[in-house]
Amino acid sequence: MSDWKKLCPLDEIPRLGSRVIESAHGDIAIFRLADDEVFAVHDKCPHKGGPLSQGIVSGKIVTCPLHGWKIDLQSGEAIAPDVGCTPPFSVKRVGDDVWIAL
Amino acid sequence: MTKQKLVMIGNGMAGCRTLEELLKLEPDLYDITVFGAEPHPNYNRILLSPVLAGEMTLPDIVLNDHAWYKNNGITLHAGKKVTRIDRIHRRVLAEDGTEAEYDRLLLATGSSPFILPVPGKDLPGVIAYRDIADTEAMIEAAKTHTHAVVVGAGLLGLEAANGLRLRGMDVTVVHLGEWIMERQLDKTAADLLQKSLEAKGLKFLLGKQTAELVAGESGRVALIRFKNGEAIPADLVVMAVGIRPNTTLAESAGIHCGVGKNSGIVVNDTLQTYDPKIYAVGECAAHRGTAYGLVAPLFEQAKVCANHLARFGISRYQGSVTSTKLKVTGIDVFSAGNFAGGEKTEDIVLSDPSGGVYKRLVIEGDKLVGAVLYGDTADGAWYFQLLKDKQNIAELRDHLMFGQNHVGDVGHQGQSKAAAMPDTAEVCGCNGVCKGTIVKAIKEKGLFTVDDVRKHTKASSSCGSCTGLVEQILASTVGGAYQPVQSKDKPVCGCTDHSHGEVRAAIREQHLLTIPEVMSFLDWKTPNGCASCRPALNYYLISTWPHEAQDDPQSRFINERAHANIQKDGTFSVVPRMWGGLTSPKELRVIADVAEKYNVPTVKMTGGARVDLLGIKKADLPKVWADLGAVGMVSGHAYGKSIRTVKTCVGAEHCRFGTQLSMSMGVKLEKMLFGMWSPHKVKLAVSGCPRNCAEAGIKDVGVIGVDSGYEIYVAGNGGIKTEVAQFLCKVATDDEVLEYAGAFLQLYREEGFYLERTCHYVSRVGLDHVKRIVLDDAARRKELYEALLYALQNYEDPWNAAVQKPAVRREYEKLEVNP
Ligand code: SRM
Ligand SMILES: Cc1cc2nc3c(=O)[nH]c(=O)nc-3n(C[C@H](O)[C@H](O)[C@H](O)COP(=O)(O)OP(=O)(O)OC[C@H]3O[C@@H](n4cnc5c(N)ncnc54)[C@H](O)[C@@H]3O)c2cc1C
Ligand code: SF4
Ligand code: FES
Repeated sequence: MSDWKKLCPLDEIPRLGSRVIESAHGDIAIFRLADDEVFAVHDKCPHKGGPLSQGIVSGKIVTCPLHGWKIDLQSGEAIAPDVGCTPPFSVKRVGDDVWIAL
Repeated sequence: MTKQKLVMIGNGMAGCRTLEELLKLEPDLYDITVFGAEPHPNYNRILLSPVLAGEMTLPDIVLNDHAWYKNNGITLHAGKKVTRIDRIHRRVLAEDGTEAEYDRLLLATGSSPFILPVPGKDLPGVIAYRDIADTEAMIEAAKTHTHAVVVGAGLLGLEAANGLRLRGMDVTVVHLGEWIMERQLDKTAADLLQKSLEAKGLKFLLGKQTAELVAGESGRVALIRFKNGEAIPADLVVMAVGIRPNTTLAESAGIHCGVGKNSGIVVNDTLQTYDPKIYAVGECAAHRGTAYGLVAPLFEQAKVCANHLARFGISRYQGSVTSTKLKVTGIDVFSAGNFAGGEKTEDIVLSDPSGGVYKRLVIEGDKLVGAVLYGDTADGAWYFQLLKDKQNIAELRDHLMFGQNHVGDVGHQGQSKAAAMPDTAEVCGCNGVCKGTIVKAIKEKGLFTVDDVRKHTKASSSCGSCTGLVEQILASTVGGAYQPVQSKDKPVCGCTDHSHGEVRAAIREQHLLTIPEVMSFLDWKTPNGCASCRPALNYYLISTWPHEAQDDPQSRFINERAHANIQKDGTFSVVPRMWGGLTSPKELRVIADVAEKYNVPTVKMTGGARVDLLGIKKADLPKVWADLGAVGMVSGHAYGKSIRTVKTCVGAEHCRFGTQLSMSMGVKLEKMLFGMWSPHKVKLAVSGCPRNCAEAGIKDVGVIGVDSGYEIYVAGNGGIKTEVAQFLCKVATDDEVLEYAGAFLQLYREEGFYLERTCHYVSRVGLDHVKRIVLDDAARRKELYEALLYALQNYEDPWNAAVQKPAVRREYEKLEVNP
């Protein structure tokens, strides 16, 4: 069962950037896209565990800083031809705040 | 709204590539119907040779399977030959009565093999080499018959002969010309090639004209007879004497076609025929009088044609220069351009017949116009690039023959010839990719470019030093299909068709100040670019409009965003600046304190002569910087495309040989350049005398003290590929060193492409260009120097900035979740 928790005001996350939270599931990366949509995935690249939160965000994709795999933020799936998945988490915006389901 | 109808006739390589390009641009514009005379989906015709040689099987070479047509909503009529185009009612009719209407028609009917008009040409056992059916016929024949004769010793003929020999037949190649492959090779190279093919068991009969083919008792061909009366046994005759653009259908519909040497369906630069509703691509099309017979130019045509079918209407096809490579395993032959030479050309030749190496470069004026390589084709791609780019080679001429030497860099066991490598040899030392894996991916996935290989195998995707080897493997696997992109015009990335040069020019000329402005002005194809183009755009903006364009941290790689180097475990390393490599007890004490206070697991001296603190958590970075900053230490930018280090030796301050104060000169340079962002990293060194203990000979700018002043060297590199720096000039004073070095670096900042080190930049523009500006034009030099100083003025140490600004500081910390 997941619980919705209030995270932070949207402004705390840079646009086309991210912030990290610690959780029982390990670190989670919260991303904010150009249009202020938010997504969250496990902060662990399916390749060799790189911190996706530190990557460059474009469209709905983050590029892992370690070896450049591209990860779809919505599904957590690596973009072909790479194969792998990092579990996504549900996030939503309520007014100016970002909430996450843990 | 009903969709427009697009019909394609000819389901081959050029046509399907056009559809792929079209679907990328406008997936929903057309209802697409495809007619193909062959009963197969589109396959990789090039790989029929390895299929014949038994290295691959037919299912391996399918490029677009039936599912591809289905998923893209394309109706495929496989095995239905179109016999009529009705231009008035805009419809086509196939042999079996199938009809389709079109709004746009694409002709991609390829070529037909030319069959010698000799008696017996229609006998059973006489075939051409063009498609799957021919290949299957050859494989069958090899099972039950002995004597094969291949007529024609061009690329196709030799590949057929090699395959049949490998399938156990006794093979003779008959050729009218004086030497084999005379359209691609000169006689010397051809003789060497013939010898090595003979060593593989092929026989050759040159200068022979075929008179007739004679049937045996069974009615199958049994004998081939020549004009001079000689005859040899032949149970299988493969005609490989040339191809003709397949224009029968187009001609019958009254579409204008060229004749003789210019035959083919005549198209303009948008691949449109004389009927504006009808386009033609591939071997059937004649563009400016030329019909191409290799896939690389056809793929270029496909791209342009798709652009017009998609109604973008912005690109033109202007013809191609082609190169060829023979796909016979273990033999390396390459040729490109005009190798026959002429009155205005000169040759540079290297000939070592017993060593099995022959190279001939044809030069006209200051340009390379042709190349033939036998035995060692490592530099084929480089020569081809010089040729296509029409690069001025005046400066290179002395060592042109010795090649670019871009392979055999560190990390590949010194290997420089792909053909000589066993399948198990490691090609990419960074990602552990072997030759066999690359060849397999190229064949199975139908890859044609280095970029594709990079994506699918990861080979050459990291440091890139094996790119040359990968290029060679690709070239020998797909033959002439491999075509390097013109380096100068290469698009920045998949988000745009514009090259680095075009982007830089637009930013300057249009006074663009933000990334969204650039993307909208240049019609970027993606909403916010990607991890390749955004850092480049950010650099171009801040270097072109200093103090005006805003730096965008989100468009920087994490190292430059966090001002520290990310490690494999997600922690960071911190390298404080030590000006000219000098430090003090006070600084060392703080470093020691920081290391203890933050439990830094590793402290090490870097190759850049300063101290690295490795394994620091991101959240601790601002705290570490605050402590270091308290004694005045600032960022060493060990993470940036920026000024890195100025290495110095002890110099005249202490050394008995020193002629100049190298330490103080080094510190002055490093202080001047602090905060300089550049296309790639920049490293300097100052040595006090020619013994050169600071290794100035492999730096972006190297300064060597001599009794009468300083010598300045530029464009050296000590990394992936060692490049010795080139002498720029000699100056007398410290101030001149600052001015000349500063002007050179500013020129590089203004003209360099993102991720181009100084050595690559100078090799692209030529040292003469640099000298003309930095040495000969005093006013321009001063202007550049001033521009550099202006850009760097008031630069704030990024560590201090992060320490001082709470909002920035917060970004280093993790968020708290409210329970
Ligand atoms: C720390 C250091 C190694 C060491 O412990 O000595 C180092 C570490 C890295 N080097 Fe280096 N290089 C270091 C000196 C060098 C040197 C020697 C020098 O500077 O005198 C060279 C060859 C000289 C040269 O650049 O011409 C060098 C040539 C490279 C290259 C190849 C560059 C090239 O153009 O060929 C790369 C790859 C790149 O930049 O794309 C690279 C890339 C890297 C990166 C940044 C790889 C990366 O992107 O993560 C490494 C970061 C490691 C880490 O975990 O922090 N490093 N690297 C050295 C830092 C020097 C400093 O004080 O700033
Ligand atoms: C054995 C072999 C090896 C080769 N090796 C290389 C190499 O190493 N490098 C390289 O660059 N190139 C190579 N080529 C050449 C390359 O394959 C061709 O340049 C390329 O396939 C041409 O593409 P295309 O689409 O114009 O024609 P094709 O691929 O020939 O496609 C044309 C298709 O149209 C069909 N067609 C024709 N008329 C009709 C009609 N009226 N109705 C319906 N369908 C019709 C044909 O059946 C055919 O399937 C090789 C060719 C062969 C045969
Ligand atoms: S520090 Fe440099 S040489 Fe060493 S592993 Fe990293 S990139 Fe390679
Ligand atoms: S860990 Fe992410 S790409 Fe390697």
